[in-house]
Amino acid sequence: MIFMPVILWSDALVFLLIGAVISAVLHVRKREHLMLPWRRLAHSSVAMVSTLVLSLFLVIGLLDTLHYRVALSQNSSGETVYSSEVLSVFDKLVTPLRTRTEKTYSAPFALHLYAKESMTDAQGNVVRDYPRLQYGGAHLADESQSSLDVMKRIANGGVVGFLLGCLLAWLLSRRVTRAPVLVSLVMLVTLVGASVELATAYHVLGTDKVGQDVLYLSLKSIRTGLIIGTLTTLVTLPLALFLGVAAGYFRGWVDDVIQYVYTVLSSIPSVLLIAAAVLMMQVTIDTHPDWFETSAARADLRLVALCLILGLTSWTGLCRLLRGETLKLREMEYIQAAQAFGVSSMRILSRHIMPNVMHIILIALVMDFSALVLAEAVLSYVGVGVDPSMISFGTMINGARLEMGREPMVWWSLAAAFVFMLVLVLAANLFADAVRDAFDPRLNRTESKA
Amino acid sequence: MIAYLIRRILYAIPILIGVNLLTFALFFVVNTPDDMARMQLGIKRVTPDAIDKWKQQRGYDKPLFINTSSSSAGTFTDTIFWNKSASMFVFDFGYSDDGRSISHEIAKRMGPSLAIALPTFIIGLVVYVSFALLMTLFRGTVLDWAGVALCVLLMSISGLFYIIGGQFLVSKLWHLVPISGYSGGADSFKFVVLPILIGVVGGIGSSSRWYRTIFLDEIGKDYVRTARAKGLSELRVLFTHVLKNAMIPILTGVVVVIPLLFMGSLLTESFFGIPGLGSYTIDAINAQDFSVVRAMVFLGSVLYIAGLILTDISYTVVDPRVRLS
Repeated sequence: MIFMPVILWSDALVFLLIGAVISAVLHVRKREHLMLPWRRLAHSSVAMVSTLVLSLFLVIGLLDTLHYRVALSQNSSGETVYSSEVLSVFDKLVTPLRTRTEKTYSAPFALHLYAKESMTDAQGNVVRDYPRLQYGGAHLADESQSSLDVMKRIANGGVVGFLLGCLLAWLLSRRVTRAPVLVSLVMLVTLVGASVELATAYHVLGTDKVGQDVLYLSLKSIRTGLIIGTLTTLVTLPLALFLGVAAGYFRGWVDDVIQYVYTVLSSIPSVLLIAAAVLMMQVTIDTHPDWFETSAARADLRLVALCLILGLTSWTGLCRLLRGETLKLREMEYIQAAQAFGVSSMRILSRHIMPNVMHIILIALVMDFSALVLAEAVLSYVGVGVDPSMISFGTMINGARLEMGREPMVWWSLAAAFVFMLVLVLAANLFADAVRDAFDPRLNRTESKA
Repeated sequence: MIAYLIRRILYAIPILIGVNLLTFALFFVVNTPDDMARMQLGIKRVTPDAIDKWKQQRGYDKPLFINTSSSSAGTFTDTIFWNKSASMFVFDFGYSDDGRSISHEIAKRMGPSLAIALPTFIIGLVVYVSFALLMTLFRGTVLDWAGVALCVLLMSISGLFYIIGGQFLVSKLWHLVPISGYSGGADSFKFVVLPILIGVVGGIGSSSRWYRTIFLDEIGKDYVRTARAKGLSELRVLFTHVLKNAMIPILTGVVVVIPLLFMGSLLTESFFGIPGLGSYTIDAINAQDFSVVRAMVFLGSVLYIAGLILTDISYTVVDPRVRLS
């Protein structure tokens, strides 16, 4: 084997999540009444455009989830030795971005390093000047040609992307008839085409302190953000669903106990609770270095633990909503009829109550997603977020923040993190709004009245 | 009313006990004091003596719940739980790792935190409600649509960027106010104005949008139609009738955070170097000072519960129909 697939904890959970989503889709597809709100969603241009943007992020995140380790050599006993570096399929695809590191900072599209160095010129004199970059724009013999070259590359890549986008749009045009969606598809593919063409020759978003390409860092951060936003729901969902529904349906002492638990949890300010829990997790991880084979595995477990902690501290809101809804539902005639027929509690819960609270769950989950992506950045800044070695928006901002005071200013890392986060969160917010509009029966009525 | 309040305060006690037990479990049971000592002293080459000394300095060398070696009352009082956790009920938070009294620090730092948080809160409330009322006034028009779009855009920006961008524009580019710092006296205005401004701007998106939804909910009700039928102007309908009736849902979200203002904001305070409780917490997290974090968790939940009680009281003030009993 020339490589060994590695399934990190977060990868396994992502696969589990994908499996759950696929089975949910299969379940919904067969049932027209469940498809109805989704059809409504498909009719909203905003929803479809944000879905398009989100799916681009998702593809990058998923490619970045397939991990492997490269085989280095065979040792004397015939066993293959694998590199300790864990790579992903995405890393492989963007190998030039990953490997072409400069010495330190350089501005976007720069040909020269940010810092001066001592060099020997043609006459043998030692001068201090900004050296040429090792990779960024290295193909140019004449430096004055750079802006022309950039234009040419934008045009070339853009045209290829535009044609590809038009082809895709034409293929899709039978299923998707809304013009804004097709137009944004073409624009998106054009943008990707131009960036790919540029990124092969330049550091489009500059390089960071250790010379890594900022575009690469931004793209890698996407997975971390998506993981935090989605895996947390794996913890939130079962807790909130079972406890909320049980409290509302059984009432009595069950209700009292569950209410007590979530009142206690929600009365602690969430940042502090998360900080306390993460500090303790850090102690556990740091005192057991022998648990982890690679540093990637350690960073990954920390990410999963962070999701777990975020989930354990944030299920209370959804639980309260579900409890209230169940309290209302259990007084409905059809539930009472089921009870009168002697249907068991378990069956009433699974057949009659759970399907009727699903829209609340879905709305809450998509609404939480963007909040969680934003929370990751803040928590990493506070020092209770992801592992410092893990590439994420939070660690990018944290690293770049201290360089604001430099002259000239190092602004590109911050700008890149800002733009990528804004696009991701904005798309998620717009999608969440569309989902709420399509699924909330109460909202539809008030909208039509107003 | 008084009886109700007493009942509510009594009801808070089991919740605080729960918070206390939870933090105790988090800080002493998930990881033993030995683990914490090893972590703080460095993982490798740490002698058992050093661990014992570290634990003794902090009073972590006692049993967790029951001290069998001690005499009658000491069985329970001479333990970590009694000294470190139960004592928080009388706001005795013990000492931080640098040997200072945590209670004293908290009292000293509440002022600067409030100097930022209180104006942010009040100005913010006025700005958000006015903006939301404006959007409601122009509902269904392009202005309303643009307002909502602006809100969604603003709420998609991380709080970190508001602070970084604000500091860059106002302090670095325009040189209007110092980048960070704090002084107690009258000239502290120049230090607090930027954090307050950023705090207000940072909240516009989500809050205004939320208030707009509340106002739109109210505007479909019958009393609004009656008011319009009486011939009242739309402005008057909004400002006197709708605003008053929207008070209950607004208060639910607003009053509960008032006591928490004492805690300050983690991000703002650490970026602007304000010696409040927020930066105290951040410093403690970075220095892994467990006793300070524990104290802040407990204090935070006490203030939150106080906020819940205040919310109930505020209902009776704005809505004469609500009687607490």
